[in-house]
Amino acid sequence: MALSRLSSRSKGISRPLSAAFSRSISTDTTPITIETSLPFTAHLCDPPSRSVESSTQELLSFFRTMALMRRMEIAADSLYKAKLIRGFCHLYDGQEAVAIGMEAAITKKDAIITAYRDHCIFLGRGGSLYEVFAELMGRQDGCSKGKGGSMHFYKKDSSFYGGHGIVGAQVPLGCGIAFAQKYSKEEAVTFAMYGDGAANQGQLFEALNISALWDLPSILVCENNHYGMGTAEWRAAKSPSYYKRGDYVPGLKVDGMDAFAVKQACKFAKEHALKNGPIILEMDTYRYHGHSMSDPGSTYRTRDEISGVRQERDPIERIKKLVLSHDLATEKELKDMEKEIRKEVDDAIAKAKDCPMPEPSELFTNVYVKGFGTESFGADRKEVKAALP
Amino acid sequence: MIRLLDLRSEKSGYCFPVSEKMWGILGRRAVDGGFSASSFRRMRSGLVSARSYAAGSKEMTVRDALNSAIDEEMSADPKVFVMGEEVGQYQGAYKITKGLLEKYGPERVYDTPITEAGFTGIGVGAAYAGLKPVVEFMTFNFSMQAIDHIINSAAKSNYMSAGQINVPIVFRGPNGAAAGVGAQHSQCYAAWYASVPGLKVLAPYSAEDARGLLKAAIRDPDPVVFLENELLYGESFPISEEALDSSFCLPIGKAKIEREGKDVTITTFSKMVGFALKAAEKLAEEGISAEVINLRSIRPLDRATINASVRKTSRLVTVEEGFPQHGVCAEICASVVEESFSYLDAPVERIAGADVPMPYAANLERLALPQVEDIVRAAKRACFRSK
Repeated sequence: MALSRLSSRSKGISRPLSAAFSRSISTDTTPITIETSLPFTAHLCDPPSRSVESSTQELLSFFRTMALMRRMEIAADSLYKAKLIRGFCHLYDGQEAVAIGMEAAITKKDAIITAYRDHCIFLGRGGSLYEVFAELMGRQDGCSKGKGGSMHFYKKDSSFYGGHGIVGAQVPLGCGIAFAQKYSKEEAVTFAMYGDGAANQGQLFEALNISALWDLPSILVCENNHYGMGTAEWRAAKSPSYYKRGDYVPGLKVDGMDAFAVKQACKFAKEHALKNGPIILEMDTYRYHGHSMSDPGSTYRTRDEISGVRQERDPIERIKKLVLSHDLATEKELKDMEKEIRKEVDDAIAKAKDCPMPEPSELFTNVYVKGFGTESFGADRKEVKAALP
Repeated sequence: MIRLLDLRSEKSGYCFPVSEKMWGILGRRAVDGGFSASSFRRMRSGLVSARSYAAGSKEMTVRDALNSAIDEEMSADPKVFVMGEEVGQYQGAYKITKGLLEKYGPERVYDTPITEAGFTGIGVGAAYAGLKPVVEFMTFNFSMQAIDHIINSAAKSNYMSAGQINVPIVFRGPNGAAAGVGAQHSQCYAAWYASVPGLKVLAPYSAEDARGLLKAAIRDPDPVVFLENELLYGESFPISEEALDSSFCLPIGKAKIEREGKDVTITTFSKMVGFALKAAEKLAEEGISAEVINLRSIRPLDRATINASVRKTSRLVTVEEGFPQHGVCAEICASVVEESFSYLDAPVERIAGADVPMPYAANLERLALPQVEDIVRAAKRACFRSK
C-alpha cells in the first residue's frame, strides 16, 4: 500500500515541507469525496456544497502536515520554557485545520497575511522547520535572520506577508495587497486573517468598506477561537456573528476544526472574491494554549472546556479517523509517521540550536533599502556608529 | 525713514522702522507686478527679501512643482498611483493633484472615504506587494489616525523582515501651521516622524526643492514622509531648466546652503527658510553675515553640513515652526554640541513654535509662531556673546 513508500523518504530537515513531502506521501491521487461534518452558514450568499473533492494523497498530507504543525508548536512551548525563545510566543495548536485547509484551496500566487500566531501559516506557505526554530531562538538562519522573532515571519516568494504584532493592522494591509493584485491584474486573491479579538477593530471596517467600494479580491478570515486574549467573545462583541459583521459584505461560517470544510470555504471564497469583491469567512476554531506563553489559558476558561474540545473536535483526530476509515494507513503506520515527525522536529531544533546569533553588524542592516551612507548610532553614539548602506 | 506698520503689533501701536533700502525693494516688487496673495500678505507684514531674477528665468509655484513631479513620476512608472481624500474629482483639496484624474484615469488616482487608518493600511499593503503609492493626508494632523501604519507597518517592515518586505510608499501633505486653522489643524510632525528609524522625512521649501525631493521620494524604495506647507503652495520661485527636466532629482539626506555667511549659522526647513532668509537680510544691515541652511531632509539629517557650517561660524541658531520640546532643533543642538563643542563661541539658540496648542486669534497665533525678528534677535544674542 501507499505507506511503504513513506518509510523510505530522505531525512532532509531543512528542505521546504513540499519537497520533504513528495517523497514521503503516496503519489496515489485517487479522488475521494469527503463530507464536511457541519453545514455552512451563509450570509448574503449561497453556501457551497458539503461535499469536498479531495484525494488520498491530500488526505494523507493533511494528516502529516497538521501533525508536523502540532509537534512544532508543542516543541516551541518547551523551548520557551527553557528560555531559548524570548519575548512573545503565540501558539497555534488546535487551529491547524485552518492553515492546512486554506493552503489546499489556493496557490502561492494568492497572498496570506496574518497576525502574530503565524508559525504554522509560515510552514504552510513553504517555510522550513529549521527557519522557524532558528528565528524563534533569534539565530542568523531564521527566516527573518533573527531580527523579527516569533511575530514577524515572512515569505514573500510565497506571497506570505507576515507576521504582524499590532492587532487588526494586518487587515487593511491585506486589503492593500488585494488592491495590488487587482491593479496588476494578477487573478489572485488575498486572505487577511484575524482573530475574534481583532474583529471589533475600526480599521477592519474601514478596509472592508473600501474593498467593497473598489471590488477588491480580499477575503477576510476571522479565526474565531472564542477568546481575545482573556476576554471571551460574548464580553467583547455585541454581535459575535463575525461572518455577518460585514453587513453588506457576504459571509460564511465554517467549522474551523474540519480541514475539508476550510478547504471548501476558501475555494468558494476565492471564486467569489475574484468576481464579486470581498467576502468574510468565520472559522469556528479553538486554541489549546493560552493567548501566548505568558498566559496559562485556564483562568478564563475551564480545563473541561479545553479537554472537551480536544476530545470532540480535534482537527488531527478527525483526519486520522478519515485516514483509517478510508484504509489509507494503519494505526501503527500513523504512529510511525508521528514518530518520524517528532524526530524531524527534534533534528531541526538541534540544528537551530547550533546556529550562531546574528553578527553585531546586523544591528544596522535593513533599516533602509537605500541608506545613502547616512550615519546610524548605537547606544553610545561616540562608541558605536555605522554608515547605512 | 519710512515707517511701516507691522500688523502683529497693531494693537500696541508699535511700528518698526523700515529703511530706504527696504522701501526700494518693496517698490521694485510692486513694479514687477509679481503679486500673489501670499506675497502681498508678506509685504504687509513687513519685509520682502530681494530675490535676484536672472533675465528670462522661469518661475514656478510650489503647487505646480508638486503637481508636475507627481505627473512625471506617474508617467514614467505605471506602478505609481495616487490615493487620498479629494485627490481625484475634486482636483485635490489644495489642488496639488489637479488634472491627474483626467490624465491617468480612475485606475491611477483614487478618491478615498474619510478613513485614514483604513486607506493608509491599504496603501502600505499595496506597497508590500510592489506598487508605489503616493498617499495624501489632507493635513498631517490626520496622519495621527494612521500613524500605526506609517510606523509599525511601513517604517519597520524592511528591518523586521530582514530585507524581504520593503515599502516604497510616499506619505505627503501639508504640515505645520496654516493661517487661523486652530489647535487641531496646525501641528508640525517633523520631529515625530524623523525620530523613527526606517522612515525618511523630507521638507521642501522652494519649487525646486518640491520637484526634486518629491521625485526622489517617489522613486525611493523606502517609506518617505513628505512634509509640505500649505502657505508655500501659492508661492512662486525661480526654477532652472535643469530642475524642469523630467529626470531631475535632489539627493535625499543633503541640506542646501541657501545663503553663505561667516558669522552665524541658521538652520531651518520649510516655510521658516523664507523667514531665515529675511532675517539674514536684516542681519546683514547690521554687519552680521548669516549662513542659512535649508535642511531639506529631516531624516536623514545632514549633520555633516550643519557641523561644517558651525565650525566655520562658531554660532548656531536653529529654527522650526513646531513645538520646542524634543523637536528637530533639539536634535540639531545636540548634534552640534556633541560634534563641534570646541568650535562654539556662544550657547546654541533655538527658535521654535510656542509651547502651547495653536490659538486661533490672529495676534496670539502670531505670538505662537516664530517671526523674523525672533530669528534676528537670537542671531544677535549668539553674536554678542563671544570673547
